Amino acid sequence: MWLFIISDSLTFSALLFAYTYSRVTNPDWPKPFDFSPAIIFSTVMTFCLLSSSLTMVMAVHSMSHGNRKACAGWILATMVGGGAFVVLHMSEWLKLINVEHVTAFDNPWGVPLFGGTFFALTGLHMTHVVLGLIYLAIVAQGVARGKFKAEDVEVSGLYWHFVDLVWMFIFPLVYLMSAKVG
Amino acid sequence: MSVHTEEVEHISGATTGTFMKVWIVLLVLTGVEVLLAYEQVPTMIMLTVLVGLSIIKAALIIAYFMHLKFEKLSLFLTLFPMLIFCIVLMLIFLGDATRIPNMRPPV
Repeated sequence: MWLFIISDSLTFSALLFAYTYSRVTNPDWPKPFDFSPAIIFSTVMTFCLLSSSLTMVMAVHSMSHGNRKACAGWILATMVGGGAFVVLHMSEWLKLINVEHVTAFDNPWGVPLFGGTFFALTGLHMTHVVLGLIYLAIVAQGVARGKFKAEDVEVSGLYWHFVDLVWMFIFPLVYLMSAKVG
Repeated sequence: MSVHTEEVEHISGATTGTFMKVWIVLLVLTGVEVLLAYEQVPTMIMLTVLVGLSIIKAALIIAYFMHLKFEKLSLFLTLFPMLIFCIVLMLIFLGDATRIPNMRPPV
């Protein structure tokens, strides 16, 4: 899992680099995120993901103490946090697409690269979250049925924390750097 | 019984209290970032501080949540110098991006 995480880190680094490069190259890069509601919205998403990381740590901790029931419960709590993140993120995407008319190739602010880099970066991250939810669901039901060892839960935890970690870079670089106040 | 509990905590390396503290620190750092965005700090200062805070947050997640602090040092040395080296290599090209706007012919 560590090797996967390192290689995936490089993929996300490359996408974040592409975003930053495009942004520096275009001085008229748009600032589409109003402080209220868009930034507050994404801050809540960050809170969901950070809290789900805490519950995942608790799941790994319970499993290492041999408490399978508590572990399955904590994994379910993690999935609730992750699920909330996906729902909030999707509604934000839909608002950008339907209300602001941003697509991957065009947007009203005249810098088409914004849509391409934004959707590629956040889309790949959201894919990771969705796959993580499926992964956690499989692990949770296995743990509840007495399958899987503590190491297996720890490995799924590593993946989930990695997804959280990536968001810790996307949130400031993509959202906070494009915040519009007033 | 108490000896057994101590052993388990030694193996797992950290207590739930530690995890709660790390979570609170992460939330506070996120709050600071959002405050910076609200205050509309000049771009370069903002970028430097945000990247700095993000690296601190990433380090906290990797060290405590991902448990790397309690693993063997060789695991860290196998993974991270290579990752940092590759990312730095990529960043070399960022200088180009600052030159491109000046190279465009006037409209």
